[in-house]
Amino acid sequence: MGERTVIPFGPQHPVLPEPIHLDLVLEDETVVEAIPQIGYIHRGLEKLVEKKDFKQYVFVAERICGICSFIHSLGYCLSVEKVMGIEVPERATFLRTMWSELSRIHSHVLWMGLVADGYGFESLFMHSWRLREQILDLFEETTGGRVIFSACEVGGVRKDVTVEQLQKIKSTMISFEKELQEITNVFLNDASIKSRTKGVGVLTKQMAYDLGAVGPTLRASGVASDLRSTGYAAYGKLNFEPIIETDGDCYARTAVRIRETFQSIDLVKQCVDMMPEGDVRVDVKGNPDGESFIRLEQPRGEVLYYTKANGSKFLERYRVRTPTFANLAPLLEMLKGCDLADVPVIVLSIDPCISCTER
Amino acid sequence: MEQQTLRMISPEDLLSETLNLKNSGYRFVAISCTKVGEGLEISYSFEKNQDFVSLRIVVEDNAEIESVSCFYVPAFLYENEIKELFGIKVKNILLDYNDNFYKIAKKTPFNEKKEAL
Repeated sequence: MGERTVIPFGPQHPVLPEPIHLDLVLEDETVVEAIPQIGYIHRGLEKLVEKKDFKQYVFVAERICGICSFIHSLGYCLSVEKVMGIEVPERATFLRTMWSELSRIHSHVLWMGLVADGYGFESLFMHSWRLREQILDLFEETTGGRVIFSACEVGGVRKDVTVEQLQKIKSTMISFEKELQEITNVFLNDASIKSRTKGVGVLTKQMAYDLGAVGPTLRASGVASDLRSTGYAAYGKLNFEPIIETDGDCYARTAVRIRETFQSIDLVKQCVDMMPEGDVRVDVKGNPDGESFIRLEQPRGEVLYYTKANGSKFLERYRVRTPTFANLAPLLEMLKGCDLADVPVIVLSIDPCISCTER
Repeated sequence: MEQQTLRMISPEDLLSETLNLKNSGYRFVAISCTKVGEGLEISYSFEKNQDFVSLRIVVEDNAEIESVSCFYVPAFLYENEIKELFGIKVKNILLDYNDNFYKIAKKTPFNEKKEAL
């Protein structure tokens, strides 16, 4: 048996966009165990429900994370609307769905850039983020913000979108798709990327299910689970199937995210084509009283929102279980038996969002 | 839309009910904790084929509960979280961070004991 050493990975590391610490137990250059430590950016956001009333709290919820921002605000609004029995107008559900899918595109393309940077493929990183700017421009035109855009509110959405803006979104999706094809060809076919990702960080289907993996990490191991299939917002009216791969390695997780990006482009086009006329919000009267569990599909996977209210304007509890929190245990399994040099790629392959994890 | 079920169980039945769900093929989703009066309400959530089931126990502040990480490994993360934020005592967690999970300065911020006036 080789001598065991413990090497710290993080909280500061060139491939980590946010701080997380892993104690890597090594025998020679092979990882035998990884022990996570978090807590570097815990902000206590859930406790703020005691200070911000239920209408104000949406602005806190969307600041849980800058990448997953809109879907956090959507989840919060859906939770409170379920407790209060509010039915939002159909146009609002389609706008929410459209912005959710644009968020998914921007998140996945951001991830592509980060993982290219992790490979040392700087030009691919720059191309990915240059492409992503088109999506951020659409957010800014339609909502006023690029990253955190405060479009969702309890009862609907705060802004409507004009016919011209919808047409521009659709035409941008068409041109974006062509440009995306060029860079994703590199991710999927480049020999050096394949050698660093194929057979690396394998998570079998059974392990993925047993360890509670979610999102692309779960679907890359062959489990066809996608919360959008439950039909929340306008997803029940859209045509799509969960994207799965079966190898369960870093390459499979890359392929799932790339294919989901193209799927999201199609979903945005469907939303634009099917956008109904009508109001975008309803007035909200009274205070919530009751509880709800809401599950949505973030770009990184399943997110759970638990809301409990007691009839006052402040919620009693708002609990968020984010996808990266769920993917931590599968990550520890993926790291077992890998080479030390593969650790950055494996960690990036779950698309970690530590702001979401710690809240 | 998915089906959601919430079942109240006693703390003594937590392990057996969790094992039943494990044997029925349910995956682990989350553990959620809320302060209720002088006690704590803990919901263990599981899911299988869009059937979302939550088992709920209500315990006193000083109660000790068993860890379910023996059946569902990822539960150790959630149990460490509720230990640190709510002060609930959880026995036999697979990996216990001893209240050092989030490294927060204030002890049990979600279960503050109010000083008697």
